[in-house]
Amino acid sequence: MADALKVAGLDAFYGEVQVLRGFELSLLKGEVLCLLGRNGAGKTTALKAIMGLVSVRAGSVLKDGQDLSKLSAHEVPKAGVAYVPQGRRLFAEMSVDENLEIGLSTRGKGRQTRESVLELFPVLRERLSQRSGTLSGGEQQMLAMARALCLEPDVLLLDEPTEGLMPSMIGRIREVVAGLRERGVSTILVEQRVDAVLSLADRVAFIENGQNRETVGVEQVRVDPGYVRRYVGVS
Amino acid sequence: MAFGPYFLLATLEGLVTAAVLALTALGLSLVFGVMRVVNVAHGEFFMLGAVLAWAVSTAFAGHPSIGFAAALLVAPLVVGGAALLSERLVLRRLNYDPEATIVATIGMLYIIQQLALTFYGADARPVQAPFNVRIQLPWFGYSGYKLFVIGAAIVLMLATWFVLTRTKVGLLMRATQYDSETAQAFGIPVDRVYAGVFALGAMLAAVAAVLIVPIQQAHYLMGRDPLLLSFIVVIIGGLGSLRGTVIAALLIGLSDGIISVFFSPTLAKMLATGLVAMVLVFRPQGLFGVPAR
Repeated sequence: MADALKVAGLDAFYGEVQVLRGFELSLLKGEVLCLLGRNGAGKTTALKAIMGLVSVRAGSVLKDGQDLSKLSAHEVPKAGVAYVPQGRRLFAEMSVDENLEIGLSTRGKGRQTRESVLELFPVLRERLSQRSGTLSGGEQQMLAMARALCLEPDVLLLDEPTEGLMPSMIGRIREVVAGLRERGVSTILVEQRVDAVLSLADRVAFIENGQNRETVGVEQVRVDPGYVRRYVGVS
Repeated sequence: MAFGPYFLLATLEGLVTAAVLALTALGLSLVFGVMRVVNVAHGEFFMLGAVLAWAVSTAFAGHPSIGFAAALLVAPLVVGGAALLSERLVLRRLNYDPEATIVATIGMLYIIQQLALTFYGADARPVQAPFNVRIQLPWFGYSGYKLFVIGAAIVLMLATWFVLTRTKVGLLMRATQYDSETAQAFGIPVDRVYAGVFALGAMLAAVAAVLIVPIQQAHYLMGRDPLLLSFIVVIIGGLGSLRGTVIAALLIGLSDGIISVFFSPTLAKMLATGLVAMVLVFRPQGLFGVPAR
């Protein structure tokens, strides 16, 4: 299967502190790839580095032959990569509709995209004029995903989308991610919940000290609990 | 004059001050709200607007309204261009670092001031009002131009409000204000937004200066008071809050007008400074600002 995204030899820094060291990753078209690792291993930084939001001093991020690491951060979403940050990072003072408009104004197909996104998250249709900061945690997560999908991405980066959510909401988020895979969207998912990883992922990349130590199929992780024990520290 | 008409006159004078102050402070508030840059040179953009208004209006012969209209167009554009240049050459290179940009804008303040002194001179020079109409009230006559200043400021503030809340440009500006990193992740060219906001902030100060210069006179040191009063307004109203800026400007402008007329201008400044101190102690985010998260 062809690569939707190929990351090679990425060195990323926060100020002078190096977080990613020669980071490698290959995301196949239409798959869900989960990044697993301990806190501080570099999972979130890997997503931010792909988006150009942290300083990248070496390496490349190839998508459709284009090196995203050479682009300005604001040009990356135009190349079809959308990001749902940890903690959602909604524009809390803005309405639900305005949050969606931010995504639509960059890349989406306007009304058509908006309708398809609202079909995916019907609860948002009832809240369009509500200030997004006043939504419940689950609704905020849905809005964060909806805002990203307004960019009509073919690569989606999700940073801990189930963090702090009720089980029913977690189920809904899983359904949406699975649905996106059916539509051919390739997803990189950073997730702490091993059960979510096992139920969603096609492959799992284990991150340690800013490097991708190994990438294996999800079946292998299911069969051998040693992977999770070694890289995440839980069984 | 009886108390009533005297009070009305003081209120009208206060409204003129408030109108000009609201425009100037709005520029400062926008720049801080979106860019988190405390622009100490903001008063100098005001001064530059006034000096350019004199230069442009005196370059036109004929009716004063022609020169004034030209100044109203040219001065904000030139000042906006100068702001754009300083954003590119200075602020962007400092990566908009809050501390470094304070020092840098102090430097810009002195550079602009000394350039004005060199090329414009130390004299205060008058600019003719575009029209000379006196509105006769039952108790006293009042300058029609001053009422025009109030009206023009209201129109400009409504236009700014419309741009911020009803247009795509405003949406991008607000998104950048709330979270610049996430804004970039959604394709917003934050650098360009910053450049535009810095130019817009300076242009608002320049327009305010062009409006006031037929009432005051253009002078190379005239940027100090607007800067101080703008900071007072912005702190009281809440940084980045349009509504707060307008209400605080009204509060400070009216109290300045009324207290100056009935007591003394020094008392008006003392009360304004005291109000700032109270706000900083009891409500640091300002009357309409959002607490820092």
